[in-house]
Parts: sequence; structure tokens; C-alpha cells
Amino acid sequence: MTDAPAIQVRDLVVGFGKKTILDHLDLDVKDGEILGLVGASGGGKSVLMRTLVGLLPKRSGQIEFAANGASDRRWGILFQQGALFSALTARQNIQFPLRENARLSPQLLDEIADAKLEMVGLAREDGDKFPSELSGGMTKRVALARALALDPALLFLDEPTSGLDPIAAGEFDALIRTLHRTLGFTVFMVTHDLNSLQAVCDRVAALADGRIAAVGPLSSVLRSDHPWVRAYFHGARAQMLGLGR
Amino acid sequence: MINAPTLTADADDPRAFNARGAWNVANVEVLERLCAQAARADIRSIDLRSVTALDTAGAWLLERLARGSAKQSVRAVLTGVDGPYGDLMEEVERLNRAALPERKSVNPVLQKLDQLGRGSKRLASDSAAFLHMLGAFSFALLGVLRHPRSFRLTSTVYQLGRVGWQAVPIMALITFLIGAIIAQQGIFHFQRFGAESYVVDMVGILVLREIGVLIVAIMVAGRSGSAYTAEIGAMKMREEIDALSTMGLDPVAVLILPRILALVVALPILAFLGSLAALYGGGLVAWLYGGMSPAIFIARLHDAVSVTHFEVGIIKAPFMAIVIGLVAAAEGLSVKGSAESLGQQTTSSVVKSIFLVIVLDGLFAVFFASIGM
Repeated sequence: MTDAPAIQVRDLVVGFGKKTILDHLDLDVKDGEILGLVGASGGGKSVLMRTLVGLLPKRSGQIEFAANGASDRRWGILFQQGALFSALTARQNIQFPLRENARLSPQLLDEIADAKLEMVGLAREDGDKFPSELSGGMTKRVALARALALDPALLFLDEPTSGLDPIAAGEFDALIRTLHRTLGFTVFMVTHDLNSLQAVCDRVAALADGRIAAVGPLSSVLRSDHPWVRAYFHGARAQMLGLGR
Repeated sequence: MINAPTLTADADDPRAFNARGAWNVANVEVLERLCAQAARADIRSIDLRSVTALDTAGAWLLERLARGSAKQSVRAVLTGVDGPYGDLMEEVERLNRAALPERKSVNPVLQKLDQLGRGSKRLASDSAAFLHMLGAFSFALLGVLRHPRSFRLTSTVYQLGRVGWQAVPIMALITFLIGAIIAQQGIFHFQRFGAESYVVDMVGILVLREIGVLIVAIMVAGRSGSAYTAEIGAMKMREEIDALSTMGLDPVAVLILPRILALVVALPILAFLGSLAALYGGGLVAWLYGGMSPAIFIARLHDAVSVTHFEVGIIKAPFMAIVIGLVAAAEGLSVKGSAESLGQQTTSSVVKSIFLVIVLDGLFAVFFASIGM
């Protein structure tokens, strides 16, 4: 692992019409870490992620990716609703990026897809199902397997545990941890789940008023004086988890 | 990664192999070929010390090579696995252990029979869905007749604006062109018998009895029926229909009744305007191409057609509207969760309603012939 950040964001401004969503934002995502991004609903978390992956145009500022492959679209993205192609089976969904980017024999394609299915904790039979036949948790797992199809150096997760029950969410957190250890990718994760922040993330960044209000390990972000960050981590729900004092 | 992957046997021991370079998905084409060549040898060990990059695809290929063929019971030893790649090799080692499910071969004749059977069953269930929609529509209509205050006037007027008012320009244009084409063809071919003047009879009767209403109904099925199916289908996908039911409201009364009633009002009006436009187009061509002055055209038209012809055409319009509306609603409600299903049902809505409109037109032709209209 090198010291150069996997993503370096400087002075980023993004807005729609007269509204400015991200206002001169700076952020570093270190190589090999799991960074969790928190922020108010509608506060620009998804806008930041979509700008990073190029789905939204930026007004000004720089976004730089480390040279280890992330720049040539070697990143995986897990969308909030999975965004699986509804006309393809789970297995074909996983094979799709492979098929488009490399020339493999059909046998190897099937084997790699099955291996990915197993890595995200699904059975081989689940590969024949269509997205409409999958439960919420299974959809997220298949979407994760698809995001990992090309073994990306950089993985974007948009609210990976939203819509999952606490048990499934906990299992999904553990899965991300395990895969992170075996595959060694960098994770940029947008989340609202305080449990995930605690269990998965190496560092946490808090987005407020269009800027990063606090960034660092969870313990240091907890000590931040920023009013929104205080309200977020010291609210009733955070108290229940024993996060705030 | 620049360094190309290689897989070579040791100089001293042909059963010991060395893997070098980047074993990742970017090089997978080369890797697959290397592994296919090496698989013929009796591999006892693979040294991974010089592997510079490894991902799941590369790790799986190495693992598959190590497992060897089914006959070869000895597992090759993977050496030099350490550091960040150790976890990955360990993970891959436990993958794809379950036996592949056997694929059953299917007799093609039986498969065709199977498809035919399923198709017939679907035909029955489609007819049932249509009849069910007819029943639900009648029930909702009765409910509105008993409690007129529950009628959704605003929604109906809004739908009327969409399927009626906004459709007028395109309907008028299409029927105008059809009328013009019929007149041109008639003049061209009737000239040989010196019977150009009968073109007026042909255009008048054909347009008022059949073409006017049929063309408009087909256009409405394609324009408004498909929109109904897509709307109702999207609402079904997003659970809006379920939300309505749980609030104690009948989705048919709220969503479908106003839409179908709007069609029933709009289609006769559109058919009337369409017939006018077709006659206008016919008259224009008769004048400019056939040299028949408008005064003569109108006088001949007056002799050729009677109110009966107009009645025969316009009576059919509301029935066609009901058929189009019912098919669109039934197809919309049978949309399943996926985007593909929405497209499928919209297509089948248009195809079915056009088919049924033409069948209905045929039945009416038989009916009117038998009562002498």
C-alpha cells in the first residue's frame, strides 16, 4: 500500500441552478481504507458520490484518483436499490462487466460468477434467479458481487445496509469487512447506519453545509465541536448504541 | 500492469511450475490459455513467489489448476503464497466445491407441446382477466350510478383532455391523409371506366361506415391505450395500487373508471372529427387531382350518403373505446416487478386492443348487414 490517497478531492463545487450543494469541499480517501461518509438527508452525500464516479458534472475543483487502476474505471459501485439489470439473471448480472471487459470462455465465466456468488454468501442456485425474485438482502449481495466482478481497486457503496433488518445488516457489514481483507480494495461508503460506522469504517467523514465538517477515526469525530456533528452522534438514537457519552 | 503473466515448468523438475507476472482479470485471456496448456502436465507444485498482482479471476485459475482433473487425485501444492494474497488464495480454496447440478436434456417435440399448452393456458387466463376487468368496471359504474357524488369528475375531465382534446390534431391529420389517399386511388383506377364521379360515393360510404372510426380507434389504442397500461403498470410496480386498496378505495373506481369513461366520450368525438377530416381530404384531392369542383363534390356526397351510414360508424365508437380501455387496464394491472414486464404488457395491450377492435368491427358489420342498415 502506498501513501498516496486513493481519491483526492480539492475545492470541489457542485450545484444545480442557483443552489450550491457542495461548497469548496476537500477530502482524502486513503489507499486501502474504509471511509464512511455521514450527512443529513438531502445534504449532498449522494451528490458527492455521484460526482466522484462521474454521474454529475462539477462546477470547479479537482478530483484525482490514484494511478493503481482506479482511473480507468476499475471501480465498483453498489447502488442503493441494487440497480440490477432486471432482464438478466443474478449470474448474468455478475458476468456482465466481465463479459464486456475481458474475453473469457463461457465455462470460466460461469466459474468466476459462481465463485463471486459464494464469496458474497449466496448459493449457486441463486444465480439462476431474476432480480424480481430476490429478497432485499439477496439483491444487495448480488449487486455487491457485480460491483466486485472485475476486482476493483476502489469500491463505492451507497447506503449498503438501508432497507435491511439488523441481522442482515450486521451480516452485510461483516461481509464487507471480510472481502475488504481478502481483496484489499478501498471503500468509499455513504451510510446512515451508526452500527455500520462502528463496525466497518476505519475513518468517518461528516458532511455538513456542503463541506467536510469532521474527518478521522470515529472516536475523534465524536469529539468534534461542530453543532450538526454533535447533534448526529449525540442524539437519542446514538445514545442508545452507547456512541455518545 | 505491464508485466505479462507466465507459467513455466521448472528446468529440473517438469512437475514443478512457476507462476510469474500479473495474474489478474486484465490478462485473463492469456491466463486461460496458459492454464489450458499446463493442465496437460502432471502438476505437483506451483510457486507463486513471483506473482506481482493477483485477483479473484487469477486466483481461481490457479486454484482450478491445483485441483487438477477428476482422475488426478493428488492436489498440487501452492507455494510462496503469503502477504496480502494469502487470504485470497485461502478464500478461493473453499469456493466452487459443490457439484454442478445436472442439466436435463429436453425432447424438442415435448418442448413445443409444452409451449403450446402454456400458450393455451395463458389465453384462458388472459380472457379471464379481461372478463374480470369488465366485471370490476361494471361494478364500479353501478356504484357511481347509485352514489353519483362518488364520481371523480375532475379526474375524468383531465383524462378527457389528454385522450380527447390533445389527440385532435394528430387524428385529424392522419384521417385527412387517409381520405386523400382513398380519393386519389379511386380517381386513378375509376378513370379507366370513366366513373370518376363514383369516387365520392366510395369515399363517403367507406369513411363514414368503416375507415373513419376504425383508423381513429387503432390510433387511440396505440396512443392512449398504451399510455394507460404504462401508467397503471408503473403504479402497480410502485405499490400505489396497494396503497389505494388499503385506504378502503377501489382502484378500479379511482383510476380505471375515469380513464375508460374519458375514452368512451372521446372516441366518438374523435371519430366524428376524423370522418370530417377524411371527407375534407377526399374532397380536396377530387378537386385538385380529379378536377371535380367542391360544389359538385358536396352535392354528390349529399346524394350518396345518408344519416344511416354515419350512424353505423359512430355507434361502434363507444364499444371500441370500452374494449381499448378494458384491455389497457387489465394489462396494466398484470405488470410484475420488472421493467421488462412493463414493456411486455404495454406491447401486448396495444396488440390485443387493435386485434379486438378489428374483430369487433367485423362482428358489427355482420350485425348491421343482418338488420339491413
